[in-house]
Amino acid sequence: MSDPIEAHFRQVVPAVDFCSLRLVSERSEMLVVRQDVLQPVVTSEDRGAMLTVWDGGGMGYAATSDLSPSGLRQAIDEARQWAHESAAHSVVDFSKIVMEPPQGDYASPETEPWQNVSLADKIDLLQRECARLNIDPRIVDWDASLWHTDVDTLYLTADGGRVHQLFRTLVPSLSATANDGPETQTRTFGGRGYCRQGGLEILDRLGFRQAAPRIAEEAIQLLLAPNCPSDTMDVLLAPDQMILQIHESIGHPLELDRILGDERNYAGTSFVSPDMFGTYRYGSDLLNVTFDPTQPQAFASYGFDDDGQPAQHAYLIRNGILQRALGGLTSQVRADVPGVATSRACSWNRPPIDRMANLDLEPGDASLDAMIAAVKRGIFMRTNCSWSIDDSRNKFQFGCEWGQLIEDGRLTTVVKKPNYRGISATFWRNLAMVGNRSTLEIMGTPFCGKGEPNQMIRVGHASPACLFTNVEVFGGE
Amino acid sequence: MQDYFHALADTITAHLRGQEVYTCTFRGEDSDFVRFNRSAVRQAGTVRQRALSLDLIEGQRHATGNVVLAGDLQQDGARVTRLLEGLREQLPFLPEDPHLLYATEVGSSTAADRSELPERAAAVDAILRAGRGRDLVGLYAAGGIYVGFANAFGQRNWFASYNFNCDWSFYFQGDKAVKTAYAGLRWEADAFDRQVDAAAAQLEALGRPPQTIPPGNYRVYLAPAAVADILDMLAWGGFGLKAHRTKRTALVQMTEAGRRLHPEVTLRENTREGVAPNFDTAGFIKPGQVTLIDAGGLGDCLVSARSGKEYGVPTNGAGSGEAPESLDMAAGQIPARQVLAQLDTGVYVNNVWYLNYSDRASARVTGMTRFATFWVESGAIRAPLNVMRFDESIYRMFGDNLLGLTDERAFLLDGSTYRRRSTGSSRVPGALVRDFTFTL
Repeated sequence: MSDPIEAHFRQVVPAVDFCSLRLVSERSEMLVVRQDVLQPVVTSEDRGAMLTVWDGGGMGYAATSDLSPSGLRQAIDEARQWAHESAAHSVVDFSKIVMEPPQGDYASPETEPWQNVSLADKIDLLQRECARLNIDPRIVDWDASLWHTDVDTLYLTADGGRVHQLFRTLVPSLSATANDGPETQTRTFGGRGYCRQGGLEILDRLGFRQAAPRIAEEAIQLLLAPNCPSDTMDVLLAPDQMILQIHESIGHPLELDRILGDERNYAGTSFVSPDMFGTYRYGSDLLNVTFDPTQPQAFASYGFDDDGQPAQHAYLIRNGILQRALGGLTSQVRADVPGVATSRACSWNRPPIDRMANLDLEPGDASLDAMIAAVKRGIFMRTNCSWSIDDSRNKFQFGCEWGQLIEDGRLTTVVKKPNYRGISATFWRNLAMVGNRSTLEIMGTPFCGKGEPNQMIRVGHASPACLFTNVEVFGGE
Repeated sequence: MQDYFHALADTITAHLRGQEVYTCTFRGEDSDFVRFNRSAVRQAGTVRQRALSLDLIEGQRHATGNVVLAGDLQQDGARVTRLLEGLREQLPFLPEDPHLLYATEVGSSTAADRSELPERAAAVDAILRAGRGRDLVGLYAAGGIYVGFANAFGQRNWFASYNFNCDWSFYFQGDKAVKTAYAGLRWEADAFDRQVDAAAAQLEALGRPPQTIPPGNYRVYLAPAAVADILDMLAWGGFGLKAHRTKRTALVQMTEAGRRLHPEVTLRENTREGVAPNFDTAGFIKPGQVTLIDAGGLGDCLVSARSGKEYGVPTNGAGSGEAPESLDMAAGQIPARQVLAQLDTGVYVNNVWYLNYSDRASARVTGMTRFATFWVESGAIRAPLNVMRFDESIYRMFGDNLLGLTDERAFLLDGSTYRRRSTGSSRVPGALVRDFTFTL
């Protein structure tokens, strides 16, 4: 991309310690068919820039949707003013951080571009899949949707750095809600967890065109199912629940800005402290967790983070031992803890903070059948629908759409409203079996919230199915 | 800014063809954000953003486009014209929308504050001073928020608010902290100092050795901020017409099985006394109040234009999510000053955190205590409490087990800043509840 804004930026760069521009152009389209009626087609275009200045040890930013030369100049002046005003009171001494000027680019893989299929054909697809969800009079609400986004980012630094990245994402969704009197059950296509980088080729890889009847049938089954029993038992979690378990009780606690206290007024702190890295046993020997921005199609792959730092695969937890944090360069310098390139912003109007990107649990060697066979009394849970965890990311409680009891090594009764609770610091030590690649799914979420001011960002997770022992399980009322 | 928006709307009107009409909504803000940690500045900056959402309508066909604006009429007039042309090209490929509804009677309005915001340096200095000798973490957000509506029929609505919200915590150590906020239109040093002193007084109580209680049922006092968060959870699909008709509401046992809440519970969407715009994106003007729960029984739903058309019910100007923006809970009888005495022995919960449904159809909500939560004995605070998980039904905490609501209410501005600064608020009392279930 050759954008006139690059020339404007080079012309107005001030004499300061560090100055960068991050231009974000985002175009998205949301297509929804609900109860066989096409909902309003919404196309969104967003484009703006964040100017960041470090000077005299302080930092300031200014974000603007006015990309004219005068708009950029005003933003740089405002950012510089903030840097000067905060220099004497800054929690970070920015003069001690050295950012090497980055050079590079990245583009999402794509074999069937969104634009190559007509709007009418995409609507036809959704109409078909939506209609296939309506299998029974007890299905009271049903919908099918596609959410496509193109994000084009250009990161420039005053000392010649230049990174251009192009992201294309797709989030397909299906949902069926069944009702009988005061009982309502909803079944979905992995929540909104089946989100990937790429084009429409993703739909076949995910089995989108085959899923609707199963989802609707399972909603009816849940309507007729007994409540999940309350007991301490083994729990086998499918990937569409594992991604939430990883996200909340590994990802967030390992964010360095939480550990440094930045998030204590909002998203919270962490039970992890800087001295734990390198020695702390986070889970059983089977627990291997990686930061992997290189995974093709994964939702949050990239070449560079939003501070221009190159992103590389790294183990965060290896054989159960905590290795490194989720934190960008600024946090790494502040905490003196090894991190990864995860300084990210949700768009041009928010500054980068420490985020997850692709945070994956590495597969083991157990088949799904082997894990089921290993359970005397337990439950198989699929698809997260409820999540809650304390501000230190320790005491959690999660609920799933679908539960199925495991008795004497066999899947038996379907149960509704399966929930479980535990404590992060001990839960992962009860990881007893890890599924092999045949059980692995590449998923994520478009809605990870954090930060002041608040930011909602895309996060990727890949996980196999996993078996945990001695978990407190319970159901509804 | 209002003139700029009206000029943009006039540009759209001038470019309409044939039977085309449109609705459009403008949103903008000029915000300062100063983030603090350990009584110092973590990140400071300014965000200037403007965007327009335009719905081009021809008969029952329509297409919506959102576009970012520069704030300059020359640039933005061209952008909006391009957007209009793009939407016009989409229309032939779209089916008629049976649920399209928009206002055709013109109801123009203007509600605009005059900015009395403090100098940012003075506000930042005051916050840094408050943090001196303490561990302060939080966010100062301030500036103008602008919302406009226009349509092809000549309706023009404008809302502008210039406010600040300083939302911060004093930390004692670990996860023990007091959270508070000082928000408004005009910074008054005495009022800010009183807020600081009140938080500092609670901070002293956090210095006592913390206590852990076993899971079980306890008598609790939920302070207004905690009540607001629980009601916010209920607002997630609880009161919308679509959620009621599709049985997805958490109040499905009220709609389908006749359950009721405590007769002291009355909830309203109180637009008249809130701080949000009183118009929606289809041009409908919101009524001053909508009673959602009336003395424990179901009241009216929040009805968006789209749901109104779909279900044949008059709209009351709710947004597409049909969630309240200005939730109001009626006060009760418990004198606020007697809260500790009436709690007697139990848990005083200032804030709750990370709520979600553990059983939506039963309106059962789980979440955590957070910040200053205390163990109280014989009407006196004895110790800070280590965080506890609760899992409790709305039907119990605001039904059978509700002992009463306080006679004073807190007005709480929503500090949310996802995408843009919120204009939401709530006005709620505290609640005294028996047999509140803690699980972990």
